[in-house]
Amino acid sequence: MSSPVLATRPVDTRRKPPSALRNTLTIARRELRDAVRSRWFILYTLAFATLGLAVSFVSAAGAGGTGLSGFGRTTAGLINLVLLVVPLMALTAGAATVASDRERGMLAYLLAQPISRFELLLGKYIGLAGALLACLTLGLGACALILAWKGLRTSPGSLLWLSGLSFTLALGMLSVGMLISVLARRASVAVGTAIFCWLALVFVSDLALMAGAVAMRMRIETLFAVSMFNPLQVFKMWSLHAIDASIDVLGPAGLYANEEYGNALHAMFATSLAAWALIPLALSAVVFSRRSPL
Amino acid sequence: MIDIENVTRQFGRTTAVDHASLRVGAGESIALWGANGAGKTTLIRCVIGLLRHSGRITVGGHDVLREGKSARMLIGYVPQEIGFYDDLGVGESVSFFARLKGLSQAQTKDALEGVGLAMHADKRIRELSGGMKQRLALAIALLGDPPILVLDEVTASLDAVGREEFVSLLERLSGAGRTMLFASHRIDEVAALAGRVALMENGRIATVLSCRDFVMQQGNGAVLHLTVAPSMVGRAIESLRIEGFTPRVNGVGVLVPVGIEQKAAPFRVLADARIRVDDFEIVSAGRAELLSTEAAGDPFSSKNPVAMELAS
Repeated sequence: MSSPVLATRPVDTRRKPPSALRNTLTIARRELRDAVRSRWFILYTLAFATLGLAVSFVSAAGAGGTGLSGFGRTTAGLINLVLLVVPLMALTAGAATVASDRERGMLAYLLAQPISRFELLLGKYIGLAGALLACLTLGLGACALILAWKGLRTSPGSLLWLSGLSFTLALGMLSVGMLISVLARRASVAVGTAIFCWLALVFVSDLALMAGAVAMRMRIETLFAVSMFNPLQVFKMWSLHAIDASIDVLGPAGLYANEEYGNALHAMFATSLAAWALIPLALSAVVFSRRSPL
Repeated sequence: MIDIENVTRQFGRTTAVDHASLRVGAGESIALWGANGAGKTTLIRCVIGLLRHSGRITVGGHDVLREGKSARMLIGYVPQEIGFYDDLGVGESVSFFARLKGLSQAQTKDALEGVGLAMHADKRIRELSGGMKQRLALAIALLGDPPILVLDEVTASLDAVGREEFVSLLERLSGAGRTMLFASHRIDEVAALAGRVALMENGRIATVLSCRDFVMQQGNGAVLHLTVAPSMVGRAIESLRIEGFTPRVNGVGVLVPVGIEQKAAPFRVLADARIRVDDFEIVSAGRAELLSTEAAGDPFSSKNPVAMELAS
């Protein structure tokens, strides 16, 4: 073995480590590339595009591209699809990232390099967010292209809104997934917990809200306030509000919100989803900085 | 270069490192020696800044907890085993870690050549043998020519040939004036690489010896190869460890490094524990290593049931 790297050199103990931005982008780029190459990304993108197309065709065949209320059955169908698929995708991707690195010993090895824990975590978050954005763009883009090619009317504005809001929802769910990931010791536990969270958000919270509303005779403003704590409900309400300019279709709670808050609803929904993205991520950073990476 | 001052690290109620203090000067090479669980790996992880601890560790004047990035900028670290991303290419991995060390692509071209992996740059990591992965880890550790190398039992998973190659590479690195702190279980490795040896017991640094004194104390490289009934191997190891020896499991017995005037001591320990020694041989350290790997399997392998039992 030749050894050109082995020459003696004077020791400089003041070498500057790479900047936080450079480290974060290095990790983000690798995370994005790994995610895009991975099976989960390909499967989720294919599933999302296929289901999106199926929903679009069925909705359009039922009542034409644009329905009575303007936002269209197609978009409404896609909202429900996003509500099911995007949280699952983001939660599991976030949950696997730190826990699987810890399990294989890679996390400790990465942190033995000149990088801070926050830079590593933020880089992973940005990389996965990029992968989710690519997945959503490919899935919804494929839907839009094929529907346009088939001559079915869709509103590009609605699809753009839906894409943007889906990505915002994905960011929130990714943060929750990462919080699970920094807390879990094993990747399987992290992914299992993420799936449990998804079930709780998608199914249990809706049922609990309905049961609570009936059993506790919840007032309409309370019902709306409680809904604001569920990111999926917020996404649904915001999508309808953004695309249809009204959430009356949601019934009394929607009517109440429209009358009481009007245009301020955009800010309220945005704040709620931003909180879902930022608070779990901040908690993840705190937990990650204190826990052993081993 | 590395100052360890009164460092303590606990895991729950267990104290893994107990008020350890050690100074490693620039260009010096120090080995951490001790039985499994003595605290070597934990101390190394504290030096890297991976584990929070009480006390203070500085590397090149940088506190590893408060100025971790600056401290780690000076360190090349090789752990015992790394779970590299198997799907990544060898060259790709080097480039990734080079970016984390703030190096340009041009500064990485010699890294693989230095450890004899240049011809494997296009391979996937999963295609590499264990020895090659260790050399890749060393190539990554050497990126940017760091003045300090920290190694944690880096040859433990290598076969005899791979170990010999790796140690000779490390010898050249040590000779080139790098500061080295490394943990090892092997006398020959310590003799080849270390200037001083810190003996660790129960998380404490019991004493620091010159390498010469250490080798003398450990039996000038002599090792007793004791043959006992297979069912007694576990108990024999346990009894010897309690008495301060550092025995290793061998497929047909036990290897015990012994001091010059200590060769009868393991027999007394085993007799007290009512363990019959069927046969014995005094072997050199080099031969002892061969015996380790020639037996039913590598004694440190996870496939060795006795080793597994002891590890647990």
